[in-house]
Amino acid sequence: MELSGGEVLMEALKEEGVEMVFGYPGGAVLHIYDALYQQNSVKHILVRHEQAATHAADGYARATGKPGVVLVTSGPGATNAVTGIATAFMDSVPMVVISGQVQSRFIGSDAFQEVDCVGITRPCVKHNFLVDSLENLASTIKQAFYVASTGRPGPVVIDIPKDFTTPGITVPFSYPKEVEMRSYSPPTQGHPGQIRKAVDIILSAKRPMVYSGGGVVLGNASEQLRTFVKSLGYPITQTLMGLGAYPASDKLNLGMLGMHGTYEANMAMHECDVLIAIGARFDDRVTGEVDSFCPHAKIVHVDIDPASISKNVAVDVPIVGNVSQVLEAMSEQISATEKRADPADLADWWAQIKGWASGNCMDYEASTTEIKPQSVVEALWRVTNGDAYITSDVGQHQMWAAQYYGFDKPNRWINSGGLGTMGFGLPAALGVQLAFPDEIVACVTGEASIQMCIQELSTCMQYGTPIKIINLNNRYMGMVRQWQEFSYEKRYSHSYMDALPDFVKLTESYGHVGMHIENPADVEGALKEAFALKDRLVFMNFVTDQTENVYPMIEAGKGHHEMRLNPARELA
Amino acid sequence: MRHVISILLENESGALSRVAGLFSARGYNIESLTVAPTDDSTLSRMTIVTSGTDAVIEQIIKQLNKLVSVAKLSDLSEIDFIEREIMLIKVRAVDQGREEVKRLTDIFRGRILDVTDSSYVIEVTGDDYKLRAFVDALGADNILEVARSGATGIGRGEKSLKV
Repeated sequence: MELSGGEVLMEALKEEGVEMVFGYPGGAVLHIYDALYQQNSVKHILVRHEQAATHAADGYARATGKPGVVLVTSGPGATNAVTGIATAFMDSVPMVVISGQVQSRFIGSDAFQEVDCVGITRPCVKHNFLVDSLENLASTIKQAFYVASTGRPGPVVIDIPKDFTTPGITVPFSYPKEVEMRSYSPPTQGHPGQIRKAVDIILSAKRPMVYSGGGVVLGNASEQLRTFVKSLGYPITQTLMGLGAYPASDKLNLGMLGMHGTYEANMAMHECDVLIAIGARFDDRVTGEVDSFCPHAKIVHVDIDPASISKNVAVDVPIVGNVSQVLEAMSEQISATEKRADPADLADWWAQIKGWASGNCMDYEASTTEIKPQSVVEALWRVTNGDAYITSDVGQHQMWAAQYYGFDKPNRWINSGGLGTMGFGLPAALGVQLAFPDEIVACVTGEASIQMCIQELSTCMQYGTPIKIINLNNRYMGMVRQWQEFSYEKRYSHSYMDALPDFVKLTESYGHVGMHIENPADVEGALKEAFALKDRLVFMNFVTDQTENVYPMIEAGKGHHEMRLNPARELA
Repeated sequence: MRHVISILLENESGALSRVAGLFSARGYNIESLTVAPTDDSTLSRMTIVTSGTDAVIEQIIKQLNKLVSVAKLSDLSEIDFIEREIMLIKVRAVDQGREEVKRLTDIFRGRILDVTDSSYVIEVTGDDYKLRAFVDALGADNILEVARSGATGIGRGEKSLKV
């Protein structure tokens, strides 16, 4: 079969099982778009901005576990995509970004819409390729998908000069069945000796703690984690990225840890004698001040990326491997031995944890006059039976969504944890809804974040995605305002949101349904009404309490045991 | 501590900048970096001299291994190895000084490559310590220009760094 470069790309995407591509056309990809036009197997989703293409592909990937695919043009197309690529990189999301490049003979000449895409994206991709010939195009695509989706996943960019996609210039096409890359071999099996050592420590614990992260979600190891934790009866906490991997409703679950984690999770981290870290990377938002991190604990760390091990915190028993395989191996060994942690020690430990939990750190002051943002998330949980796909933007609303929407399933909580990208939520929700047209998808956002990619309301109209947008509108960049209140003597420097649009009218102008909710008594009814509109996008503008802060909080330079609790809770 | 790391790198465009970019992005030190083709045309060999605590060196090695362009890597400082670097140094050489510089060059087993009425260009080969010793012996006042190649290294014995 003789194919042009554009056709090679389409056939390769088909071979990879790609059902949709998120993109935006331009000069350098015109040949590719022409090939796209003449085929039916790959669907194209036309976004309104390339950043949104990457976030939508990212949301699609996080919800499905399959690589998200993006198609953008050279120059500004590529640079607009960078924020989304970096977002996917920080959260290890499998993604393949295809960018057009100027013709190979013009590279380096400052040609129209030329940027060094491979150079610009290098620090925020798992790997990238500048295609050097039409002959190597198919094998490069094969390698890109392989690298993006194996090991610790991540985004891979393929930059294709325009002359390699010219219609009429063809090569014999055959898509490689296998990939052989001598310089890339992702680890799979954990070392049996290390696993034995880890199990021994785990079963000798007096005050054990399991700390699991996004790696469990990415590694599709949720079942294995549940089996492992339940067989031990140990307490578990999850990172922001790991929510849902272990059911929020289970009694062993202490909730999220870290900067805005629960008091009991953070105290248990501080006091534990054995910490079992699974698919987590000891991020600074999780550890607090590293010098006072888990001061009494022996640490077991399971991760697929050797570079994650002992990067921020030195660990005692590292296990490099696929999380699901290692968890299975550990569970097998545990069931094969009689040895168990002393039940009396464990009972004492649980009593201590229950004591910390009895303070109900997530309680907040209710109000009949102002809408409390936390109450909106709680109502959202009730109305959606806790079973929706929730995307979020970045800031206070993100933390409230993480804290008050109890996720029982993995891949349901989709947010930019590592990079913290405002503007992520709406396009990510678009990607999720397109992947799962019959599921409930909601985007919890704020009036600042939503405006960073609000143009995607147009894309949502075009593809009929019935997303529900929960806008917690406090007329502030809430998290910035909160830090200014705590650390800058309430000098609210440029954290206000003035000249806001009328969100209802704005939404309606895009052809969607807009709702404005000011009264706390109307919250739940409005949500029910919105979710009853099954085939419509509804933008719900909740006017919330401007002064509400996210609690509990570990401030900069503090340890897990030095949390700042909600003052309203202390009064109660 | 100072470490000499040898890397076999895929010989492809951009591979060098992946390594250089890693060091600048993560704030690691580079004392020197050399790169040249090997007997295998698909591979380049790079030698990086860096320094840091044990934890930092461990991270550097892990991060380098993580780069898709890195085929194989060895921390030479962990084994018995030979380090060599070439230095070309231009010095002022007048009056009695000419004889003294010649003598020093012989002691350091260097060679004089270029001679004028007032200057020499000298070639010296050795490890970092030897080259610095030679510079010190010449004295800063006499030195007109220094060009160092950066270190390269290889392990002793039969065991080799191969893909």
